[in-house]
This record gives sequence, structure tokens and C-alpha cells, in this order.
Amino acid sequence: MSRAGKITRRALLFGTVAVAGGVALGYYVVQHPHDNPLEPGLEPGEATLNPYVLIDAEGVTIITPRTDMGQGAHSILAAMVAEELDLAWSDIKVSDGPPSAAYYNAKVAAEALPFAATDDGFLARNARAFGGSMAKVLGLQVTGGSTTVPDGFDRMRMAGAAARQMLIDAAAEETGVARADLGTRDGHVVTPDGKAIAYADLAQQAAGVAPPDEVALKSPDRWRYLGQPMERLDIVAKSTGTQVYGIDIDLSDMLYATVRTNPRRGGVVRGYEAGKAGKMPGVQMVVPVTGGAGVIADSTWRAMRAAQEIDFDWGEAPYPADSAQMWTQLEASFTESLQDSRFRDDGDVEAALAQASDGGLEAQYRVPYLAHAPLEPMNATARLKDGRLDIWASTQIPMYVMATAKRLTGLEEEHIHLHNQYAGGSFGRRLEDDFIAGAIEVAMAAEGRPVKMTWTREEDMSHDFPRPMAVSRARGVVGNGQVAAFDLSLASPSVSQSQGGRVNQPMPGPDVMIVAGAWDQPFAIPDYRVTGYRAQPMVPVSSWRSVGASGNGFMHDCFLDELIHAAGADPLQERLRLCDDPLSRGVLEAVGEMSGWSGPDLGDGRGRGVAFTLSFGVAAAEVVEVSQTDNGLRIDKVFVAVEVGRVLDPVNFDNQVKGAVIWGLGHAMNCELTYQDGMTEQRNFDSYQGMRLYQAPHIEVRALENGDTLRGIGEPPVPPAAPALANAIFAATGQRIRELPLNRQVSFA
Amino acid sequence: MIRFTVNGAQVETDLEPDTPLLWFLRDTMKLTGTKYGCGIAQCGACTVHLDGFATRSCQMQIGDLEGAEVTTIEQQGTPEAPGPVQRAWIEHQVAQCGYCQSGQIMAAAALLAEVPDPDDTQIDDALSGNLCRCGTYPRIRAAVHRAAELMREEGQ
Repeated sequence: MSRAGKITRRALLFGTVAVAGGVALGYYVVQHPHDNPLEPGLEPGEATLNPYVLIDAEGVTIITPRTDMGQGAHSILAAMVAEELDLAWSDIKVSDGPPSAAYYNAKVAAEALPFAATDDGFLARNARAFGGSMAKVLGLQVTGGSTTVPDGFDRMRMAGAAARQMLIDAAAEETGVARADLGTRDGHVVTPDGKAIAYADLAQQAAGVAPPDEVALKSPDRWRYLGQPMERLDIVAKSTGTQVYGIDIDLSDMLYATVRTNPRRGGVVRGYEAGKAGKMPGVQMVVPVTGGAGVIADSTWRAMRAAQEIDFDWGEAPYPADSAQMWTQLEASFTESLQDSRFRDDGDVEAALAQASDGGLEAQYRVPYLAHAPLEPMNATARLKDGRLDIWASTQIPMYVMATAKRLTGLEEEHIHLHNQYAGGSFGRRLEDDFIAGAIEVAMAAEGRPVKMTWTREEDMSHDFPRPMAVSRARGVVGNGQVAAFDLSLASPSVSQSQGGRVNQPMPGPDVMIVAGAWDQPFAIPDYRVTGYRAQPMVPVSSWRSVGASGNGFMHDCFLDELIHAAGADPLQERLRLCDDPLSRGVLEAVGEMSGWSGPDLGDGRGRGVAFTLSFGVAAAEVVEVSQTDNGLRIDKVFVAVEVGRVLDPVNFDNQVKGAVIWGLGHAMNCELTYQDGMTEQRNFDSYQGMRLYQAPHIEVRALENGDTLRGIGEPPVPPAAPALANAIFAATGQRIRELPLNRQVSFA
Repeated sequence: MIRFTVNGAQVETDLEPDTPLLWFLRDTMKLTGTKYGCGIAQCGACTVHLDGFATRSCQMQIGDLEGAEVTTIEQQGTPEAPGPVQRAWIEHQVAQCGYCQSGQIMAAAALLAEVPDPDDTQIDDALSGNLCRCGTYPRIRAAVHRAAELMREEGQ
């Protein structure tokens, strides 16, 4: 991976720090105002120095309180602590730790505010800080929004540095050597005469030392892990079949279960007939659960087979029954009363359109519902015994799971123990806890024994909270070879409203996600307006990798591409001319250079498209090259450049970006959830394909590190993938596709 | 009673003959490296070797396995002593969530047993039935090439 090593504001800032040899930061950020959640559960021989550092006779365990769903959260968070605490990489152990408000995510709330990432003004900065303090007060321990790295960067390093300081203090007391003469190396405090004392031997004493008020962090030029290629902590387990996921939990005396609920999401179960299921081999019980029933058996297969034999009488769906009716309802959302936001209104779009000699260009775009469909079907194991509930499941929202468990069992939180698990993918799915609730209900019926509840793939896909469908109306004016006016109206059901409603958390004000990836794009179009419309709720919806920008990026960028072609301008040069943010220009210039851009037409039925989306604060540009073959369109190459401020884990970074591109392209090619009779028509991967290995293009990734803000990369490369592909198809074939998935109009090889 | 071998060990079972091998491996034998993803042979997460050939264990009923040799990801190596395909996967840091990777590795191992030095097309043909939702495909291709190298070097 190459980097653009330009002298920038960020480089200057970090450069100053490097001269000073470290930056003193208030350590209060690590702990205040919450207690250390590790203290109540300490076993004999264990000591904790702060919420992120637990030490026993075996060594240090780093608490990495963000769910590892494949994005490498545990490894990078551990690296931040280990960098400052001075641990050998091979000695690092990690744990999710208990659910706790101490592990609040200060960034996730800040990202939902209506300030463009390029807005560095007083109001925007203060609002972001306020968002963080709200999260602290609410104790939002959430994994999501590409925030793990930016949220953890200071806190985890400070936790490591503070723990190191306390261990040195303890060693000074122990040895009588002055603190200033003590150093550390690979999990030991080292004395001037070369004696090494293991942290494990100092832990009890260190726990009694007052935490430092301030800690000095290493300057980046002294980093040994961060910024260097690291071996992921889970890579050996995941390459040998030994990684334990939630679905692999095995407890003595364990029962197995599956749950079926109304596939018309939110519909009731009027009744069910389980006589046959209850008599099938291995079946112990058929039990009612909210919205359906669960089967408890002596194996997963026997439970699943029996569950298919239950005859359910499902209630109607509380939303339009089929896709055609849903589109009709959605398209009727462009009304004054449903207008949700107009964060961007530059110049005078109406006047520009009225003055356009040809009346301007118009187009309608739409994107479908999409399932998260992580490869590990939703599952959870629960055991209610002697007034104590244990839950083994992978969740991005542990605090909400605790509240759900409390509501269902009536137990106080000190009697509920959630053991968060490695996830076989998530993409936002585990921001919901419906499957865990089902497992708890089943375990309550089998009180005394642990029960592992696993959904079938069919249950999983038909019971997702999908990415919402969205529709947009676009109008624009071109003149003198330039884009002159751009008006985009976007309508979709509100994800924030739907998710907030399920956790009884009202979300006042406009939903930024309805217009994310559209209203805040860094283009200086003279007359430029983006309006959001909040459609009536339909299917309950949720956050899907890159959330609002996932569809809006397609609709915004493709229409911009249409205008540029209509103006007779070059797609890359006109985007660069319009772009008024230097960091964003940087990624556009980079993909131009990487792809050897010389225009969209590559000859011989080949073409390329460029697209740009700013989302989650990350400017991302992609160039996609396609060719027409006898079997359909083939995606040959993708060039992607992203601006993230600083790359901390280059190998995983590269993997994440490529994965996000493939995620964006695969869903754009052939994925949608459609509805018939209130139920999804897609139930498994035969009708929800995504990209396969033979379709995977060559992908070249470049990270730019010019910005002064550290950013997360899990989501931002997703939004520009679909428009870059659609724009490439236009370049190759002349066909402008305004609807996803693209295989409704073209076929892929 | 049905008798076959799993990773070289003789097993016998009187479970219903239509029990999928996948669930026999996971729930009965506790060999959880083999994953459930779709149950209809569309994702490949459950890929094992049946008499040396890559097979979707969700579609294989144990009643049809009398005398068969089944091997799983656990037979490829251990964390302490990973096999060559696994070492290639580690070297290239293929996995993200990792849930599909047992199946990917088993499909790759079966390919390499037949074609010691596959080109990209042969790799694509052999592994395109294995879905990776995280999109690790570029690394999977590179790791198969690397595994071929490692196996040649070691004369396997």
C-alpha cells in the first residue's frame, strides 16, 4: 500500500508532538465518571489497574470492549494498549469484558449530527463534543459507525500508559530504585542493572497505587505496533477452525433449540399446532415465545426439523403486503408534511431550473431493501439457573441486551451475565437483539439447563431488519460544459426512528441518515439542494453497513455522473473542478493516477466509471473498469483511494477496504429483498447471492493520510462502489441504470 | 448402526440415517470447525472431504456414509502445527470474520490435491461455491497460490 507523504496540517501537528516527545493528556477520560467494571468480578490473584487492564499470574488481559465481527476490533484495540503498556505481541490476551457504561462509545453519537465532516466550524466541533458527552452519560457501549478506531485511539493508549506508570510506581516501591531509572520491556519492568520484574508480580501492588492524573503518550515515530503490519490475534484460530463463535458454544448438559416467529415482521401469532413436532425424535419441548414458538431438542438438527412441522397461524403484516404497494407508498412521500430535512440549499435551485432553456434534466432513482445476512446465522445460548442468567451471544449493543434480559426475566442486572462472542459477520445485524430475546425465552422454559438457540438461514433472512428501500427524484442543469444546478430529493423510512422505537429511545429532530452521503458532499455546485423526506414506516429497518450512505451514495453520484455526461465534461475532471475540499480532491486525484484515467471509454466494449462519496468523515473515491463478454458484464479492476488521517493496522486496513468494495459491488449486482404477502421472497443464498470468487475483480487500494482526524474504514468504501459500477456500465454500454440491483437490467458474467 | 471414519477415527452411530453429516459433526462429535451457513449447499461453509473430495456436509446424510472416510478442517492441522494451506491462510491474513474460512480451506486443499499448481481460473472454478460475505476473495486467491508453493517446497 502506498501513502501520500505530503506535508500537511496533520503532519505538522504530529510533528510538533514528536519534538516534545509525547503528549500529556488528561487520564480522567479513561475512567471518569464510571467505576471500573472489572472490580466486582475479580478472582483471587487478579488485579485491575483500570477498566482495560486485568492482570493475573499468567500475565495481562486487555479488555477490548468492542465486538469483533471480523473487522479486527480486538486486535487493533489491544495493539493500542500494548503499544503503551509495552507488551510482547505473542503474550497478548484479550477479553470483551462485562457490559458496562464505562465502555461508552464517544464517537458513535457524534456522527449522527447534521454537520458535514468537512465542517470544522465552532458549532460543528462543539456539537460533536456534546454528542460524545451524551454517550458518556447514557453509557452507550456500542460497536458501529466505523468508530472503534477513532473512539479507542486516545482512550486505549492512555489506559496502557497509565497502567504502565502504575506498574513502574509499584516496582519503584518494591526495589527502591527511582522511578525515572526504571523502564519496561515486553511485560516486565526493567531496572538499571538489567533485572526484569514481570507485571504479574507487580500487579497487586500496582492496583493500590493512585492512578496518574496525566500520562504521556509515545510519539508515533516510536511506535512498534501501530502503523506497522501486525498479525491479527485471531488469525491462527480462524485459519484452523478453532475460533469459537457464538454458534460453537458447548456447555455441559446443554440443550439445543430453534425459534420460529411470524415472517411478517411485527405481526402476531394467532396460534399454532405443534402436536406432530412435539413427538419427533429428540424433541423435549415446544414452547411459546414472543411472536411464535421455540423447539427444544437434543440436537440443533432435530430442533430445526421439528420446528418445520409446527403449523402456525400468522397474523397480517403491519405494513403494505408486497413490494409494489411499498414502492407506491414510498413514492408518495415527497410531500411538505413528510419533509424531514433540507440541510443543503445553496444558491437558488428553483430559479436555475426555471431558467434552463431545456427545463433541465430529471431522473428517478431507487434502491431496494437489503439483508445483512452474516454467514453465521443468528444464535444465542442462555442458561437461567438459581436466579442467575448467563447469555453467550455476539452483540454490538451489550447494554441493551442486559436491559432486554432484565425485562424478560425480572432479574436485576447483577444477576445477569453476558459473555460477548466473536461474530461470524454482522454488518449491522447485531445492533438488534431480537434473536437473543428468543434464546432467553427458550432458556426460561428450560430453567436449569443451558440452551443453544440457532436460527435456520431461512429464519435469519426472513427476519432481518433490512436496509430500507429508498427512492429519489433528481433534477439538474448543465451549461458551458459544466454542472450548474443539482437538486436531489430523497425519501426513505427512517432507520433511527425504527431502531429508536425498539429500544424506547425517541429520536427527536431530523434523521440525518435519510440524506447521509448526499447532503454533505464536498461539491461547490452553484445551485445545490438536498432534501430528505421521512416515509411512513413499513418493514422495520436497521443500520446496514454504511447505513444511509449505502443507497444515497448511488443515487447522488450517479445523477452527478449523468449531469457531467450531459455537459460533455470528463467525469473525473468535472468532479475535481466542483470539489471544494482538499482532502476529497486528494482521493479523486489518487484514483485518477492509479487508474491512469484518460476518460470513461476504454474501447472494445470496455468502460470505466468514477464515483465519490464522503461518509463517516472519510472521503472515498473509486474507479471501476468493466468489460462486456459473451456471458455478460465482467468487473475487471477497481481502484480505491480513501482519506483516513492515519492508518494504524495496514494489513487489516487493506482487507477491510477490499471487503467493503466487494460488499458494495456484490449487493449492487444482484441483491434485494422483495416482499409478497408480507414476507420476504428471498430466504437463502440461492436468491441472495452477493459476489462470488470468480466475479471478484483485481482491487488496488491506496490510503491517504493528509487529514488531521483519525477515521474508521469499515463502512466508507461501500457507498461509492455501486455508483462507480453503474457509471462504468454506462461508459461501456451507454445504458444508464437508475435502479438497484443492476441485474434487473443487465447480466453479469 | 452406521459406521464410517472421521479424521481417521472409526465412528458408529444409530442416529436417524437422514441426519446431515454437518450436524453429526457439530453436535454429536463436537467438531465445530465445520460451519452451518445455509443448509442448502449454497454457501460452502460446511465443506469437508468425503473420500478426498470436497463435499457439502449439509447435503450428505449419514445413512449414505457406510464405510466412507470423512475429514474435516481439524485434520488439516492445529494452531500449534497448522498444515500448509492453513499456513498460507495465516501468512496472507485472509480471514476477517473467518466463519467461511474452514470451508474455503477445505475446498482449496481438495483442489490442490488434484491440481498442484492451479491458475486463477482453476481456483475460481473450485472455490466459487464458497461464499465469503466479508469479501476476502483477493486474499483467498493469493493464499491458494501460496499454499501450492508451500506444498511443493515440502514435497507434499
